[in-house]
Amino acid sequence: MALLQISEPGQTTAPHHRNYAAGIDLGTTNSLVAINRSGQVETLPDSNNQHLLPSVVHYAEDSILVGYSALQLQASDPLNTLSSVKRIMGRGIEDIKSLGNILPYEFDGNNDSNVPRIITRQGSVSAIEVSAEILKILSKRAEQTMGEALSGVVITVPAYFDDAQRQATRDAAKLAGLNVYRLLNEPTAAAVAYGLDQQTEEGTIAVYDLGGGTFDISILNLSKGVFEVLATGGNSSLGGDDMDHAIAEWLIKQAGIEGDIDPFMLRQLLIASRKAKEDLTLQETTQIKLKELDYSISLDREQFNHLIEDLVNKTLRSCRRAIRDAKIEKEDIQNVVMVGGSTRVPLVVEQVGHFFGCTPLCDLDPDRVVAIGAALQADVLAGNKPDQEMLLLDVLPLSLCIETMGGLSEKIISRNSPLPVARAQEFTTFKDGQTAMAIHVVQGERELVTDCRSLAHFELRGIPPMTAGSARIKVTYQVDADGLMSVIAEELRSGIKADIVIKPSYGLTDGEVESMLRDSMSHAKEDIDSRMLAEQQVEARRVIEAIDSALSQDGHELLADDEYNSITTARDELEKLIPEATTEQLKKAIKNIEVISDNYVAKRMNASVQKVLSGKNINEVEI
Amino acid sequence: MAINLTEVAADRVKSFLQSRGKGIGLRIGIKTTGCSGMAYVLEFVDEVDDTDEVFESQGVKVIVDPKSLVYLDGTKVDFAKDGLNEGFQFINPNAKDECGCGESFTV
Repeated sequence: MALLQISEPGQTTAPHHRNYAAGIDLGTTNSLVAINRSGQVETLPDSNNQHLLPSVVHYAEDSILVGYSALQLQASDPLNTLSSVKRIMGRGIEDIKSLGNILPYEFDGNNDSNVPRIITRQGSVSAIEVSAEILKILSKRAEQTMGEALSGVVITVPAYFDDAQRQATRDAAKLAGLNVYRLLNEPTAAAVAYGLDQQTEEGTIAVYDLGGGTFDISILNLSKGVFEVLATGGNSSLGGDDMDHAIAEWLIKQAGIEGDIDPFMLRQLLIASRKAKEDLTLQETTQIKLKELDYSISLDREQFNHLIEDLVNKTLRSCRRAIRDAKIEKEDIQNVVMVGGSTRVPLVVEQVGHFFGCTPLCDLDPDRVVAIGAALQADVLAGNKPDQEMLLLDVLPLSLCIETMGGLSEKIISRNSPLPVARAQEFTTFKDGQTAMAIHVVQGERELVTDCRSLAHFELRGIPPMTAGSARIKVTYQVDADGLMSVIAEELRSGIKADIVIKPSYGLTDGEVESMLRDSMSHAKEDIDSRMLAEQQVEARRVIEAIDSALSQDGHELLADDEYNSITTARDELEKLIPEATTEQLKKAIKNIEVISDNYVAKRMNASVQKVLSGKNINEVEI
Repeated sequence: MAINLTEVAADRVKSFLQSRGKGIGLRIGIKTTGCSGMAYVLEFVDEVDDTDEVFESQGVKVIVDPKSLVYLDGTKVDFAKDGLNEGFQFINPNAKDECGCGESFTV
């Protein structure tokens, strides 16, 4: 029996050809699915009326459990119950090591690929496969609710996710058999849920996302249908759980509990603390009862506010930094959107409102707002909203760069460029007779390649031998609407070409990628310094290269011995200086060598002019 | 000639219209597609055509075009739940045969 939904005027589709498109918030701790039903966009509950699906997957002997049923087994069977895999999506084995012990799983040491695999009793699984299980449950829930298959989904990802992490999310969806219309940044989805994209043509929006264990602040700029991420910031280990801990510590002090607290007791304390925190959202005061200790105490909101003051202030400091990174003033922000369960705490709303000087948007359920925004966008992409042509465009989250001499990273496409995009830049050879060029594609905002994320290496071969600097190699970077990147390198004189399609290689650099953006800001000064040094080093090598090449051609011919020797001495000194000297010292040494070889350069010039002119009539010489 | 909504269906339509923010009622109709002849149409209404028939049922305006009305007279629209799935359901005395899914019918 088909149960029908109400369509927009004129949008009734043929039976069995409905365009049901869902939005999925694939979270670190919890996931949700939302869909438009008869014009109402809502998150969908399971048969127990639970909207949230814990992002936990349990691998049992012969089945796979997802959600609450898996969560229950976490304590008794931790190695086969995987949670928080979002933290390792799109990461390489090296990255996992640098994450430390936050994920207590056994990783498979003998696999050839760079994708970390976790050992479970059903064999080893990657984060992509685990995420696919979560996506399968959510899409099945949506299909059961709508009574028909989904035509496509929009999945949300953090604004700071890089290409590899986004690609991993797409792969997970593909594995779950879903058609991904697009990925949407979480803060953008939240802004869409509040209809901010419909209200104004332009504006600046802050999205304050305080979840259970993470805090994210994003500054977005909306302009002509494009949400641009101006800055992101936050703290990957700050959230509502810390509030519970703050209350628990206070309880321990008040109840006079001394000595070591066993894990069971701690859990009881945290459960009681969490309940108190939730009670104080609506009540002014609450009674905390610890049955095990036969202890009871009342906590009022004022005292609670005092306990969490520091935590809230920490988030505001991140906000201040993000505003500075975005190069805007606090007053430029017209709207603040509240996301994440912990924004229900009255002090948070109050302080955020006070900080930004406007009333934060918190009418929608902060746990569901991201999924709702994704569903709205999914509906538009499925073609169900003829009068809303608004299509949010994706922007490049991090700049795409190329490695140049000296390990420098040269930006080809800068971050926040709307997709699709293509940009080209010309490069040249460094050495005489150079016939090949290695192209190293990297992603990131830092000035040195070692601080960026490596995406691909390839070579352009068969360049005809020419003097250094005369080859013209055009490198084109292209990113299509799906985020797939291709690079073409072409030597323009000979027409030889090489290209590569980049499936971002999962994780080649150490360190957390989410910090890349923040790092680029905080290391701006030293980055510029190291860039200038590297540039001088390259210049020094180029000078040495040129001198060597010239001297071997006509050094002894044109120069007296003492002249020749003073040039080679200066050259050797410069070479010795390269690895250790400062930018200024190198500059000086290069200048010095230029002065010394001035005479030689002039002689060479004369010699070559003579060569051209000798034996020729004045009329034969083209000027 | 009449088309009726059950109370439950009317309540849902009212709440959907309210959350949509605009619209004057519910269009019920048929179109000739589907696996066994005709399929139901269920849409929000922003504008009423001159030829449309307008009924009032349980406080909801029901709009039907005259051609559809021939096949729909006496129909009751209910709102039902089936597991997680929920939606509107047509109880049409004119339908002789429905396809297995109930989305289309013959008269």
